[in-house]
Amino acid sequence: MIARHRTRAIAGLAFAALTAASSIVLAQPEDDPVAEYRAMMGDDNPAEFWVMRGEALWTTPRGPASVSLEQCDLGMGPGVVKGAYAHLPRYFADAGEVMDLETRLLHCMVTLQGIPREEALKQRFGDGARESDFEALAAFVAEESRGQMLDVPLDNPAMEKAYALGKEMFFYRAGTHDFSCATCHGQTGVRIRLQQLPNISEAEGARAAYSGWPAYRVSQGEVRTMQWRLQDCFRQQRLPQLEFGSEASIALTTYIAHNANGAVMDAPGMKR
Amino acid sequence: MGNPMRIRAKLDGDVVDAKVLMNHAMETGQRKDASGALVPAHYITKVIASCNGKTVLEADWGPSVSRNPLLGFRFRGAAAGDTLSVTWTDSMNDTRTDEAVIG
Repeated sequence: MIARHRTRAIAGLAFAALTAASSIVLAQPEDDPVAEYRAMMGDDNPAEFWVMRGEALWTTPRGPASVSLEQCDLGMGPGVVKGAYAHLPRYFADAGEVMDLETRLLHCMVTLQGIPREEALKQRFGDGARESDFEALAAFVAEESRGQMLDVPLDNPAMEKAYALGKEMFFYRAGTHDFSCATCHGQTGVRIRLQQLPNISEAEGARAAYSGWPAYRVSQGEVRTMQWRLQDCFRQQRLPQLEFGSEASIALTTYIAHNANGAVMDAPGMKR
Repeated sequence: MGNPMRIRAKLDGDVVDAKVLMNHAMETGQRKDASGALVPAHYITKVIASCNGKTVLEADWGPSVSRNPLLGFRFRGAAAGDTLSVTWTDSMNDTRTDEAVIG
């Protein structure tokens, strides 16, 4: 009995899959409802509000040292924001390590403004009324690189090491579900649910994925950063929590960014 | 006082194409925070757009409108250089007015 039911169910599934496949072919142009939504919003991205707040945060003296972030070196020299995000992550000699945007912002908050690390990290991600300074600052810095070409070279042993580690993690299967990043992001032209997931192991997919982050997440009403994106991927994979600004998180970001080299930056973007 | 809106109004023939991006939490009053407590309702209840002393749009809104909403509408009877004024009032009796020159 059970076996027969199962056969019928499988036959039904196969039929559904067939009809679904044919409708996908027919419905190709409308295949990406998020893109449609984005087109409807046009130039109106609520991320603008985060950019405005981030710019104010950048120029306001804060912390025990009562200084602004205007002397923060994002890699192009102290205070240079224009184009900085298009060259991150990068190796910072003053810190002796590779840093991504959020880690560098944290570094400046701690070293320049004298804000204790734990306090700065309290609101890593925004939650309605409790806004995150990182999300606002990241939106502002990213906006200043819009239209620039992403250029993250492995021009230093530390960068090479970060890339290699990121790549290993990307393909490393682990956790209760035996997932790796590549499980969802290692194939081209397939999807999960209604999402067309980019193949991040290749340039085209990595560019599409990376160039729009940080992004306004419509479903959350918040601007999210790459650090947020990665830690949420870890949660979805049922892996241990990815620490904000950890070596592992920076390595993964370096892997994706280097793969995405040549992308025209278009952040903050808008995502589902 | 509320946060500033971003208003864009462009004349296309004799029709003004207006886009208003609002910065508002639009809490429905049904969401719970991390500790399980209800987040109090806080949403826009009324939107009024006026131009040259005339109301061109009046809308009653409720909790089903998204956070940071974008409102698009079109109207006739304005010229380039006129000012479009938009006011919202929310469920906590907060209000905000912003203006934009029609281009």
